[in-house]
Amino acid sequence: MEKEILEHGLNINRRRFLTSLGMGIGGAALGSLLVPDLFGSKNAEEAIATGLPHFAPKAKRIIYLFQNGAPSQLDLFDYKPKLHEMFGQDLPASVRQGQRLTGMTADQSKFPLAGTFFKFDQYGEHKAWISELLPHTSRIVNDLCIVKSLYTEAINHDPALTFFQTGAQIGNRPSMGAWLSYGLGSENKNLPAFCVLLSKGKGNGQGVYSKLWTNGFLDSVHQGVQFSNGENPVLYLNNPEGMDKAERRKMLDQLAALNNEVYDEAGDPEIKAKVQQYEMAYRMQTAVPEVTDLSKEPESIVKLYGADCLVPGTYAANCLLARKLSENGVRFVQIYHQGWDGHNNLPKELAGQCLDTDQASAALVTDLKQRGLLDETLVIWGGEFGRTNYCQGTLTKDNYGRDHHPRCFTIWMAGGGIKPGVYGETDEFGYNIISNPVHVHDFQATALHLMGLDHERLVYKHLGRRYRLTDVAGKVVTDLIA
Amino acid sequence: MKWKITAIIILCIAVAAAWLSWPAKSPVPGRNEISYNYDIRPILSDKCFICHGPDKNKREAGLRLDIETNAKAPLRETKGAYAIVPGSPEKSELIKRITSTDPSYLMPSPASHLGVLNKDEIALLTKWIKQGARYEKHWAFISPSKTPLPEIKEEKWARNEIDYFVASKLQSLHLKHNEEAGKETLLKRLAFDLTGLPPDLQLQNEFIADKSEAAYEKTLDKLLATPQFGEKMAIHWLDISRYADSYGYQDDDYRSQWPYRDWVIHAFNTNMPYDKFLTWQLAGDMLPDAGKEQVLATAFLRNHKITEEGGVIPEEYRVEYAIDKVKTYSRSILALTAECAQCHDHKYDPISQKDYYRLFAFFNTSKEKGLEGLVGSGPAKTPVLKLTQNDTRDLLNFIHAKDTAAVTVSVMGELDTARATYILNRGVYDQHGEVVTAAALASVMNFDTTALPQSRLGLATWTVNKKNPLTARVLVNQMWEQFFGKGIVRSVGDFGMQGSLPTHPELLDWLAVDFMEQGWDIKKLIKKMLMSATYRQSSGITKEQLEKDPENLYYARASRLRMSAEGIRDMVLSSSGLLNRKIGGPSVKPYQPRGLWEAATSGRGQLATYRQDKGEDLYRRGMYTFIKLTVPPPSMIIFDASNRDECLVSRQKTNTPLQALVMMNDPTVLEASRVFAETLVKKNINPENTILTAFESIICRKPVKKEMDLLSNYYKDQLTLFNNKKELAEKTIRAGEYPYNHNSSNITEVAALMRVINLIYNMEEAIVRV
Repeated sequence: MEKEILEHGLNINRRRFLTSLGMGIGGAALGSLLVPDLFGSKNAEEAIATGLPHFAPKAKRIIYLFQNGAPSQLDLFDYKPKLHEMFGQDLPASVRQGQRLTGMTADQSKFPLAGTFFKFDQYGEHKAWISELLPHTSRIVNDLCIVKSLYTEAINHDPALTFFQTGAQIGNRPSMGAWLSYGLGSENKNLPAFCVLLSKGKGNGQGVYSKLWTNGFLDSVHQGVQFSNGENPVLYLNNPEGMDKAERRKMLDQLAALNNEVYDEAGDPEIKAKVQQYEMAYRMQTAVPEVTDLSKEPESIVKLYGADCLVPGTYAANCLLARKLSENGVRFVQIYHQGWDGHNNLPKELAGQCLDTDQASAALVTDLKQRGLLDETLVIWGGEFGRTNYCQGTLTKDNYGRDHHPRCFTIWMAGGGIKPGVYGETDEFGYNIISNPVHVHDFQATALHLMGLDHERLVYKHLGRRYRLTDVAGKVVTDLIA
Repeated sequence: MKWKITAIIILCIAVAAAWLSWPAKSPVPGRNEISYNYDIRPILSDKCFICHGPDKNKREAGLRLDIETNAKAPLRETKGAYAIVPGSPEKSELIKRITSTDPSYLMPSPASHLGVLNKDEIALLTKWIKQGARYEKHWAFISPSKTPLPEIKEEKWARNEIDYFVASKLQSLHLKHNEEAGKETLLKRLAFDLTGLPPDLQLQNEFIADKSEAAYEKTLDKLLATPQFGEKMAIHWLDISRYADSYGYQDDDYRSQWPYRDWVIHAFNTNMPYDKFLTWQLAGDMLPDAGKEQVLATAFLRNHKITEEGGVIPEEYRVEYAIDKVKTYSRSILALTAECAQCHDHKYDPISQKDYYRLFAFFNTSKEKGLEGLVGSGPAKTPVLKLTQNDTRDLLNFIHAKDTAAVTVSVMGELDTARATYILNRGVYDQHGEVVTAAALASVMNFDTTALPQSRLGLATWTVNKKNPLTARVLVNQMWEQFFGKGIVRSVGDFGMQGSLPTHPELLDWLAVDFMEQGWDIKKLIKKMLMSATYRQSSGITKEQLEKDPENLYYARASRLRMSAEGIRDMVLSSSGLLNRKIGGPSVKPYQPRGLWEAATSGRGQLATYRQDKGEDLYRRGMYTFIKLTVPPPSMIIFDASNRDECLVSRQKTNTPLQALVMMNDPTVLEASRVFAETLVKKNINPENTILTAFESIICRKPVKKEMDLLSNYYKDQLTLFNNKKELAEKTIRAGEYPYNHNSSNITEVAALMRVINLIYNMEEAIVRV
């Protein structure tokens, strides 16, 4: 039976389900709760019968550190001495091959090559090249799978981000976290299955959009819940002034009595469901502040992530929060960090961005590892595309900018059944991929695979068509799997 | 324990699946003749057409099962065999394949992940072939006609034609309709359905007091004539036309499309005939006597998102905007998923890629640009309609401009020299294929280029032609969903092969034909629905009904429907007396949790920070809340409002804990509770009556004794609490910016009553139209 039928049945027959289950699973709160956690299912036939998961998963959870705006692979991971040799010379047409350019550099008459200003060195068992801007990342290199051969079809931020998150450049499709919530359900009963954390660096920024964590046509329980930095970590979570926990409990008891009274009259199971939603909300009121309270973290943790992790809304604080959410069973934590769009003053801006993020990204991996959670948690770091090897605007001795480059860029992954190492290769100009290309859909297929889901079978029928995260393409890159 | 629950769930799923398949597979139980449209095509479409259907590029073995002659012709790759041999299932390759145990021979092939056919499906196909394998044209492409009303036993119950069709179906399913709902319920239902607002106490008393037979119809007419009717109806059309107050991409700056929103309200209030309503929106600018109002209506085609991102390739986006227009047009007006044919022939419906680009051609000749300018380049994009103070004062006085400045709106306007349209290979903007000329979808109805101009005006004329099999049916179905909770065709946006089949096909057709005969009169159509006995039933659910028809597909009862996001806000503001009934004008920014816009912005544009409005603008109806596409208003989204990203014909109705949090903690609800409490305490009536008034205003019925006791006891408890801790009362009543209206002697009463009112707002019934 297809997963969509399950979902469909759950939606449409919620009334029947709620009555027949007698609300036995602790409240059918987030719809994903209606789907019990079948993680670790040994019985393959049964798993397929319900559509979940399709086979034994390696990872239970994902933390996606999205570097929004597109970090420069040429200044961080993809070391190209050739660009130093040819500093200032025009990109040979034989390399460019007429590749389409963004509206920002399409009118440039010259494409002067810009070698990175930053020093590179090789680290770890696989002798991975890493820039001096990422000292902390270089220390965890043996846990990383660095993929240098990602490529995408989009050349502008909005469509490229949307492509990464939803598998299509345009349209109201469900995002990756929503698909996982839909496919695997929730691991806990007090927190949403899909949480979103936002932060911003000082570099040239590009906005984020709620459609990046949308449920699309899936049930809205699969929508990412944005955690904010203010007093209310989840919107509308806090009781108003003067309402303490005991009084809230009292109010909810009265409310349940009133609603049950109506139920006896009207007989609509939806009323019972409502009562349960209030109970889940009440549990969230306790669970969320507990998990978002970073003040009780030991000094060793603060040291690991950096002092910034105590400042709400910073990337470091969000990395720490991501670990806590994940540890508490949140299926998919999505971080967006803005500020990587280095069109003009890349060296200076990039250094700032790295200073804000390097330590915490590495700390997250280390922290998960020391807790024994890295094996079951897939951590992903990367942006929506890469940056050009030539300079946007005027190239000088102390400054350059780089335009968008979809043909190759670098991401890294850690934990969750991924095989550490360096994968894929670009040409000496860092312009084209010469071995092991990985399309965005391949990346998505691989991530789903690690979570125990077959990207061709995780489908939802909407307006007559079966949709997937990977649209109509994508293949699992088995070389990346441990 | 976990496994036990799992087992139960799996069992339930099986039951659910059985239920799901029941209505679609056998609309008329006990019928012996197998129907291609109702029994066979859904199976073929879902399991076979993807490889043996309209898409020539994905067609396997040259076999098409969607076309009769091809399905019954000798198979190209299996010599001497036929997919279908009428009368002889045992000789039909199709049956052999779907029943095979050999994976290399089995269909659907295991690689397709479509799953094998179940026993019932195989039995149906076998029987159908045995009976001669007769094909039929897809039901939705045959023009509707009125069939005679069925004979029913319950003639006394029936109030109009609708009830005959409903009763006939209930009879065949051995279901018994409910009695008429009580007057309190009927009034609440009418008021919410027609105006989106609860009936006030005066109307409640009047209606209860009027014992005449005509009371219901009188009230219905009265509500249909209120200006709030247009507001209520407009919300659905604003979802369809993806109306918003920002451009949507990236920097997401301000745009001023709101005069279009005001026009939609006006059109519903003046009961503009649907054919005219559509014609103006599709081609108002091309009408021979086009004035500003007609041009304004074409904003319908320009509400899509518009990029202001520096690096884009303009042509890519110009094409994207035309694609969006095709999607909006075909999904909302024809209920077809034409967009599937953008990159390849449609896999299920008879829409080729060429058909798609012929339709696309109508929208490909406007003056608009793919990229007109970066952020800050203005709140409307070419072609622009400028509405001056004179315009909005005189002819277009339904537009409620805030000041004397002119307002600009993005509208439609044609290029002087037409642009050629190409088939775009794989749907990619610069991959030009064959040149095509404009034409509407021929599989729906022929587009006669000798009689119709190949322009949007021609398309509009074709759309509202009374022979068009879709236009009227689709609108009737959308309206039915508004008032009965789901469409007669449940897939409101898809009348194609993959869509649901109508539960009451004759009823849908009767209403569609009648709607056209009555001059596309929307108010009349709505009145017909609301006058029916079907609509007026009580919503009480018996065990038998829940067993036999859990989804209420056959209307043996009225459905309890959760109010829309806008409806919930309006109910809270209206019942508390806070509602500002002003109609139209620029959108407003009510309370919103802090920092949401700021966290997501690039920092550029007018909308980088949220500047909350003050005073009366805080209490406007939900439909006027400012929609910034990249950060839509959270309390609205939590209650399933459209994010307006693209055309939406039908909203979900979910039930989540976040909704509970909004009702408990949103300052809007708390402020309304406080202000309502102050008003009631000031009237100085006894607490019992105070609670009674609050309950009646919000729930729209009298409480039963148990409810009253419960609320009174809670009130007493809270009053004691606040009397013991006056400072707690002071903290509690701090909600919202509305001026305080209490004093130190009654503050504890206000606080206690505020808690009671907030409790009532949180009742499930408060946000349900029963």
